[in-house]
Amino acid sequence: METNEVFEKVKGLFVEDLGIDESKVTMEAKLEEDLEIDSLGIVEVVMAFEDEFEIEIDDEELSDVSTVGQAVSLLHSKI
Amino acid sequence: MSKRRVVVTGLGTINPLGNNVFDTWNNLINGISGIDYISSFETDELPVTFAGEVKNFDANDYMGKQHARKLDRSGHLSIYATEEALKDAGFNTEERLGADVGIVFGTGIGGIGATEEAVRTYDKRGPSRINPLAITQLMPNSSTGQVAIKFGIEGPSLTITTACAASANALGEAKNMIQNGIVDTVIAGGTESGTTAMTIGAFAQIKALSTNNENPKKACKPFDKDRDGFVMGEGSTVLVMESEESAINRGADIYGYVSGYGASTDAHHITAPAEGGRGAVDAMKKALLDAELTPSDIDYINAHGTSTPANDKNETAAIKTVFGEKAYDINISSTKSMTGHLLGGGGAFESLVSLLSLKNNIIPPTINLNNPDEECDLNYTPNAAIEKELYAAMSNSFGFGGHNGVLVFKKS
Repeated sequence: METNEVFEKVKGLFVEDLGIDESKVTMEAKLEEDLEIDSLGIVEVVMAFEDEFEIEIDDEELSDVSTVGQAVSLLHSKI
Repeated sequence: MSKRRVVVTGLGTINPLGNNVFDTWNNLINGISGIDYISSFETDELPVTFAGEVKNFDANDYMGKQHARKLDRSGHLSIYATEEALKDAGFNTEERLGADVGIVFGTGIGGIGATEEAVRTYDKRGPSRINPLAITQLMPNSSTGQVAIKFGIEGPSLTITTACAASANALGEAKNMIQNGIVDTVIAGGTESGTTAMTIGAFAQIKALSTNNENPKKACKPFDKDRDGFVMGEGSTVLVMESEESAINRGADIYGYVSGYGASTDAHHITAPAEGGRGAVDAMKKALLDAELTPSDIDYINAHGTSTPANDKNETAAIKTVFGEKAYDINISSTKSMTGHLLGGGGAFESLVSLLSLKNNIIPPTINLNNPDEECDLNYTPNAAIEKELYAAMSNSFGFGGHNGVLVFKKS
């Protein structure tokens, strides 16, 4: 799967499942500051990613993820 | 030192009769029922298919999907009713209310819907797929916390879970907080949104619910000989309570005074009232004493009046014990005949009704009361509202567990 395909899927999850405004979801957007995803929200996001891409994500893998782009890279590397 | 007087300066409500105070009051005084067939889930397998549901409310439209999906429906309704009440009281809801404002909310079963959903997920998909928001949605203090966050309420907070007396106790404890000078203002109220297939099934198991599936709007008939149980209802009602001097200093309009509060416990049976309403008698007497009133001062009683055989009989007996011969002169009504039983939100809603009755000099009726019961022989204001000059009203709330909360309101 190409990076831009992963991004489109991630964007779809954020918009459809989490109710985030579509225009805010860019590769540069910060999850916490820009998308208002708090610590509880991150757990939901990870669950959604795991279901959508049929992968498992460990907590340690998330330590370097603070933007949409970083999340897309992580997912891309695991698919 | 005389006690600080406590007033109500703002009302907000969302309930089966309306999504604002105006519509609610109009429907109440016109004897309109808010009860209907359940629309939010399938009822095919249930022995009861109707309830008092909130209608025409979409939480996503109201607060945006990103915020709405984090809360249980109880939280949505609580924030909505609080915003209405704060605006009504003249507060700017864009500013944090700060540390001089407290919050006391009542609920019976909190986010029971979220509990059920989480259990279903656990059974189907295991622990790793449980909604991470489940705990924050299901805990009974969820609404209290979410409302505090939304409006920046930094004073003391309490959540009271005394079943169907919860929000009466909430208003009473709020009154004490203000009277004791702990804070000047308390956002007080109650919410219940616990109408689920499981709760309907469970209440039906103990024969607490009316099973009049043929005619939902006529199912709740408090004090009628043919009454056969209560009707589940949902809603949130919030009152802005403050010290009289605070209201005067703000130039706020005053609906009325929360003058008396009495609480007691039956310590008898987990669901059945004590014979003769012993605990209810005690709470009513305490509320009158606290209000510095005598039985002859009360013009209206908004009864607990659930439409169960046991409650209505024992509440009637209790009123007679407290009021003596005067009991026959007082207008009593059960507005649950129109809303259904708002459970933990009932006390706050019925306090709102009592205050509006005093302000407008109108007593809303008990609808569906057509066949008198010899054990319920007081004036329950059957089927049509009446106009009457009113000065003081009492609101009764009694809950499973044997909890009793009674409030007395004065016009001035």
